[in-house]
Amino acid sequence: MNKRSIVIIGGGPAGLAAAVSAYDSGERDILIIERDDHLGGILNQCIHNGFGLHTFKEELTGPEYAARFISQAEERGIECKLDTIVTDISAGRYVTYMNGEEGIVTIEAGAVVLAMGCRERPRGALGIPGFRPAGVYTAGTAQRLVNIEGKCVGKRCVILGSGDIGLIMARRLTLEGAKVLCVAELMPYSGGLQRNITQCLDDFDIPLLLSHTVSRIYGKERVTGVDISEVAEDRSIIPDTAVHYDCDTLLLSCGLLPENELTRQAGIDINRVTGGPDVRDDLETSEEGVFACGNVLHVHDLVDYVSQEAMRAGKMAAEYVSGRRKTDGFELKLVTDGGVRYTVPQYVSPAQMEDSLTVRFRVDKEYRNKKLCVYLGGRQIRQQPKNIVKPGEMEQVIILKKDLETAKPEDTVKICLED
Amino acid sequence: MPDYDVVIIGAGVTGCAAAMQLARYDLKICVIEKTEDVCSGTSKANSGIVHAGHDALPGTLKAKLNVRGSAMIRELSAALDFPFKENGSMVVAFDDDKVSQEGLEELLDRGISNGVQDLRIITGEEARTIEPNLSDEVKLALLVPHGGIVCPFLMTVAFAENAASNGAEFRFLTEVTGIDKTPDGYLLCTDTGTISTRAVVNCAGLYADVFHNMVCPDKPIHITPRRGEYVLMDHDAGNLVTHTIFQLPTAQGKGVLVTPTVHGNIMAGPNAEDLADRDDTSTTYEGMEYIKAKAKDSVPAIPYGKTITSFAGLRATEDGKDFIIGESADGFFDAAGIDSPGLSAAPAIGEMLAGLIAGKYGAAIRKNYISTRKGFIKPFDLSPEERAKLIEENPEYGRIVCRCENVTEGEIRDAIRRPVGARSLDGIKRRVRQGMGRCQAGFCSPRAISILAEELGIPEEKVCKNLPGSEMLCNKERLSDE
Repeated sequence: MNKRSIVIIGGGPAGLAAAVSAYDSGERDILIIERDDHLGGILNQCIHNGFGLHTFKEELTGPEYAARFISQAEERGIECKLDTIVTDISAGRYVTYMNGEEGIVTIEAGAVVLAMGCRERPRGALGIPGFRPAGVYTAGTAQRLVNIEGKCVGKRCVILGSGDIGLIMARRLTLEGAKVLCVAELMPYSGGLQRNITQCLDDFDIPLLLSHTVSRIYGKERVTGVDISEVAEDRSIIPDTAVHYDCDTLLLSCGLLPENELTRQAGIDINRVTGGPDVRDDLETSEEGVFACGNVLHVHDLVDYVSQEAMRAGKMAAEYVSGRRKTDGFELKLVTDGGVRYTVPQYVSPAQMEDSLTVRFRVDKEYRNKKLCVYLGGRQIRQQPKNIVKPGEMEQVIILKKDLETAKPEDTVKICLED
Repeated sequence: MPDYDVVIIGAGVTGCAAAMQLARYDLKICVIEKTEDVCSGTSKANSGIVHAGHDALPGTLKAKLNVRGSAMIRELSAALDFPFKENGSMVVAFDDDKVSQEGLEELLDRGISNGVQDLRIITGEEARTIEPNLSDEVKLALLVPHGGIVCPFLMTVAFAENAASNGAEFRFLTEVTGIDKTPDGYLLCTDTGTISTRAVVNCAGLYADVFHNMVCPDKPIHITPRRGEYVLMDHDAGNLVTHTIFQLPTAQGKGVLVTPTVHGNIMAGPNAEDLADRDDTSTTYEGMEYIKAKAKDSVPAIPYGKTITSFAGLRATEDGKDFIIGESADGFFDAAGIDSPGLSAAPAIGEMLAGLIAGKYGAAIRKNYISTRKGFIKPFDLSPEERAKLIEENPEYGRIVCRCENVTEGEIRDAIRRPVGARSLDGIKRRVRQGMGRCQAGFCSPRAISILAEELGIPEEKVCKNLPGSEMLCNKERLSDE
């Protein structure tokens, strides 16, 4: 049986940052397994700019951002297997992969870092009635076809969902010469970043229809049109509000789902809200020695945060395999209230944590003029004003180790919004 | 001399079963299909159930051919290597009153008359011991141990491939527009030219009445498209039920079923809605809501959050309610009105037609008849050692294209290269399940498009989802024209 110290599953931004950071933490025996034929993941198809403002203090395109991490991995001589798919992770961290050259290989990993990313919610999961013609694409698939394969997906498009990829694709298709008729969004707010709404829709006079959805798809072979209807507060379609749009393409940008089939097979606890594994402050999952980072853990808004999180996962994995990490003490559960949907991590170990911990979270709707509060047991340990928080943007709060010194095992750490 | 001894109109499960059975004889056979592939109409969008035979009225063709057909499917699934499972079924009733009791007893009696074995009526408690996720409201059930499930796509493909290996020809994208009687048979006018034949077999599904009425205007038949919608859930909805759960029809309606599929998904449906349009396979909001609510009556925990797709199929229901099978005019054979249990009955319908035709024309058994067919190699169904050997021989089987269903490049190329191979993305999907999973081809469609274009030697812009007109991509020139 082959043995490797750290096996990283996925060679996108999360996997690359985890590998570089594990190396810089002193680990040398690192393997990245990537199912595509190149590193960088979805960044390669994100040819727009706006990446790296936090990490590199400059504005890069997706491929440029990926290239920085790819060259860092190359400089360190980190081994990557491309065109290789992991088929199984079993107890004891046995990782089985498959490719055309080696067939099927199982390796024993000292630590595993899960960095498989996420996928898009498809049409079928949305339950849109009508025919099932060609011309219904998820926004990311269209993005790949346009930006990587150099293809054209359609000439009159409607976009359902105002997630960031949908917004980016509204602009991209317009620049490619297609007519984007509108972006319909089920919710009364956009799930995308404000800067994308401004730069991708407003600048091109593409209307954003909030509280609207596609209520029917027409066309037996290829899309010939869609109906867009208004929805009520409970998101149900309001009868007799349908407006027909003639179009040959419908793009869907209706949410991203962490890709955790391997994680689930491995019996690792999955969080119902994030769709990713539950992790402790060191990003270790419920399975010892298995860490997670990036969009497989929870869907991020900015790749810079993916990189930051993955750097920590790589460092923690390196400390785990070298035996440098203390694993004593109890864990506190992080709980949410008052509009906070989830936190990552979900557990914190007061004894083992670093001096400060960045907890990331999202809210369930837009709030203004709130206070973000953190409680240990019943005692408030942190409070900060929040002028505006939006579901589309990931929020964060810092928890200090010294604030948890008095924690008792039965305590929880509560994060909530208050008036 | 006519071009063919037998021309079959329609490459659905009935047409392909007829081709397979006719190909046992020394006959020159051609199957004509207006779409680009086999199994692209009613045969692709149904419950995938192999009915035991307790539902059909005794004495009808439906009863006889259902029971015979389901026995044949059992044997053919081994010989022709397609997935079939005897999972058993139940018909559940939500009352234990006289009406329910009598309703189930009537099905039991019909089953016994039709020759179905081992049927028995059980209590709600017994039913829940067998299927723990059944609703507490289930008070009585008819247990049908010999009900089964099959992959309708792979069964049809298996029939077609076996027919082709015994010499049957297939002509796709060819629509019959007229049928003229000739001294030695018929001349079929199609949009790709004329074809002469001694005998015609009408397996045209929703359009079977159109062809029948062309040839037999004095004895017209009439088919109504009856739409049934379905909701399909992901594999991890898995072991919710192992049996197919039917509902006892009541004054309020026929009820819907909840069933596992042979591939491990959970499916709910269908409703039943008579339409005027023979091509309206669109799903409706109302239909989906109805199915979801009704299926919950049987299995309250059914996880609609795991829905991966919904679809609709049209059943070809004839006014007389029974199958119409036989020689309706000299040399013109019908297989019309093939609605439920048509899938279960298909091989028996084919056998009956082949018997009639071989008898009429005195056809001898084909020499070197091939009775078996190998299914698609599924690397993930092999042992690790076998899989390793396969990948060593052909590395394409080591390269996954579809991550949700673990479909490799080798399987996709096999689906295209075989006799009666896939010519469209839907054709690949039905054969090897690429794009059939939870992401519904989000990740793998760009790769599948390029493999299909490469194998067919066409530009990617010409690759279709199914029929011409369903091109996935458009030409850039078209944009600049606007």
